[in-house]
Amino acid sequence: MSLSVTLTVNRVQHRVLLDDPRVTLLDLLRERLQLTGTKKGCDRGQCGACTILLNGRRVNACLALALSHDGAEILTIEGLADGAALHPVQAAFIAHDAFQCGFCTPGQIMSAIGLISEGQAGSDAERVREGMSGNLCRCGAYRGITEAVVAATRSMTKEKAA
Amino acid sequence: MNRFEYLRPQSVAEAVAAAAVPGSAFLAAGTNLLDLMKIGVARPQRLIDLKDLPDLDIIEQLPDGAVRIGAQLRNAELAHDPDFRQRFPIVAEALLSGASAQLRNVATVGGNLIQRTRCAYFQDPASACNRRAPGSGCDARGGDTRQHAVLGWSEDCIATHPSDFCVPLAALGAMVEIEGPAGRREVALTDFHLLPGNTPERETALGQGELVTALRLPPAAAGFARHARYVKLRERTSFAFAVVSAAAALRIVDGRIQEARLALGGVAARPWRAEEAEASLRGATPGAEAFHRAAALALEGARPSGDNEFKIELARRIALRALTLAAAGTPDRLPALPASPFAPLPGGLHV
Ligand SMILES: Cc1cc2nc3c(=O)[nH]c(=O)nc-3n(C[C@H](O)[C@H](O)[C@H](O)COP(=O)(O)OP(=O)(O)OC[C@H]3O[C@@H](n4cnc5c(N)ncnc54)[C@H](O)[C@@H]3O)c2cc1C
Ligand code: SF4
Ligand code: FES
Ligand code: FES
Repeated sequence: MSLSVTLTVNRVQHRVLLDDPRVTLLDLLRERLQLTGTKKGCDRGQCGACTILLNGRRVNACLALALSHDGAEILTIEGLADGAALHPVQAAFIAHDAFQCGFCTPGQIMSAIGLISEGQAGSDAERVREGMSGNLCRCGAYRGITEAVVAATRSMTKEKAA
Repeated sequence: MNRFEYLRPQSVAEAVAAAAVPGSAFLAAGTNLLDLMKIGVARPQRLIDLKDLPDLDIIEQLPDGAVRIGAQLRNAELAHDPDFRQRFPIVAEALLSGASAQLRNVATVGGNLIQRTRCAYFQDPASACNRRAPGSGCDARGGDTRQHAVLGWSEDCIATHPSDFCVPLAALGAMVEIEGPAGRREVALTDFHLLPGNTPERETALGQGELVTALRLPPAAAGFARHARYVKLRERTSFAFAVVSAAAALRIVDGRIQEARLALGGVAARPWRAEEAEASLRGATPGAEAFHRAAALALEGARPSGDNEFKIELARRIALRALTLAAAGTPDRLPALPASPFAPLPGGLHV
């Protein structure tokens, strides 16, 4: 059986031939499209390093079978910046020193974008922590991460209101 | 992970027919199934993807007042549906306490119900496990049993069912709608997960090829919305399975409990409904005395399955806490924070 999926990744359409049905979205991104910004931490849904936006929602790419998502629209960390202009969440992570080694950062940023668009946390730090609990940080940069997400939520919702 | 054939049926009938072949497994979001395939615990030969099945991702209001929840509806969609969470806040609270936002965005109603135990020995193919390999023994006995049962276990298996969602569903008397080779049938949620006995490999009431199409909350499940809580105790504040949990729902009329519902999670191979405790609350004045009595009744018959006697007292206290919080009223905002029953007082700092 010849298998293929068509995916729109960071606004570019790709048709990917798969020789094997076992490929996850994470492996497809990293190994077939060379988009290695999305990280593989645990490969089991436990760390959030592989978080992407799939049809606008944050999900763990490591537990998504690529074949199951034919036709999907995907946004990864590589698709955020507009040239040299960073996405507000990226800028907030830098401003608030929200990382140390940076391994969890792409997943944290994608998850934060998902959280902000879900609109369940607002800028309440406790709710942001709860909403970001699917993303672990081995370096323990949680304080900066929470501050960055709160600040980005404020700036992005102000932008929208304006 | 083993190789598999991938099928994508377009109707329930097609899916059921495809699954009649031994070695087949239904694929919902895959957050449990793919995980188990990666570690070699599940090895299906054929994956039957449920993605294209029509009309399985809706919430339906039935004429008799019941609510039908499609098996393919995502956990987050159900928890955030404004009408549903207003009528069944206890279900939304349990859903929002489970897994992470990323997982809830894809995990389905059916997958949550049918997810396998998190017993570490079940998940380790090098360990003996009667559930995974019948007759091989049970390495959990005498091992690390924090996540294991104190009710309804057998010598052959002491695993628990890990779902949060199923705990309030058991309390509310949910029904599971099933479609299979022999047609349609339904099973009470409290009979859906089987106690291990001497056949722990039989985990649910589903037969070969049977598909769960929906869950149904009966009309009697409504009416608890003002006094309902799900309380979950875990090893960290968020993103962890329950060590023990409790769903408590009360209907209070003129200062008396007209009807009570209570179920426990993390204590047995099924969500554990405590009907005797419920009966003891009928007609009682909500308060410490009635709640202490009910919580003790809920754990009657509990016994440790290893080094986990602490769970009996912990579960009793969580049941008591859930009843007390339910009596105080359903919170306006879900999830109610802080998520940990051990959290410091509101305003306390932690990073
Ligand atoms: C890191 C992590 C943390 C988690 N924490 C929690 C937690 O705190 N609380 C909690 O409750 N859960 C937790 N979960 C479990 C999670 O809720 C389940 O993985 C999820 O609900 C499964 O849904 P799914 O759609 O991905 O199912 P799948 O993985 O696709 O399927 C699961 C099983 O159900 C079968 N199945 C699926 N749909 C049907 C159907 N309609 N009819 C018949 N069989 C079907 C499949 O064949 C498979 O055996 C966690 C999971 C992970 C990975
Ligand atoms: S408790 Fe049950 S699932 Fe765990 S190792 Fe024993 S038999 Fe297997
Ligand atoms: S790599 Fe996907 S959650 Fe860890
Ligand atoms: S910055 Fe190192 S893991 Fe988060």
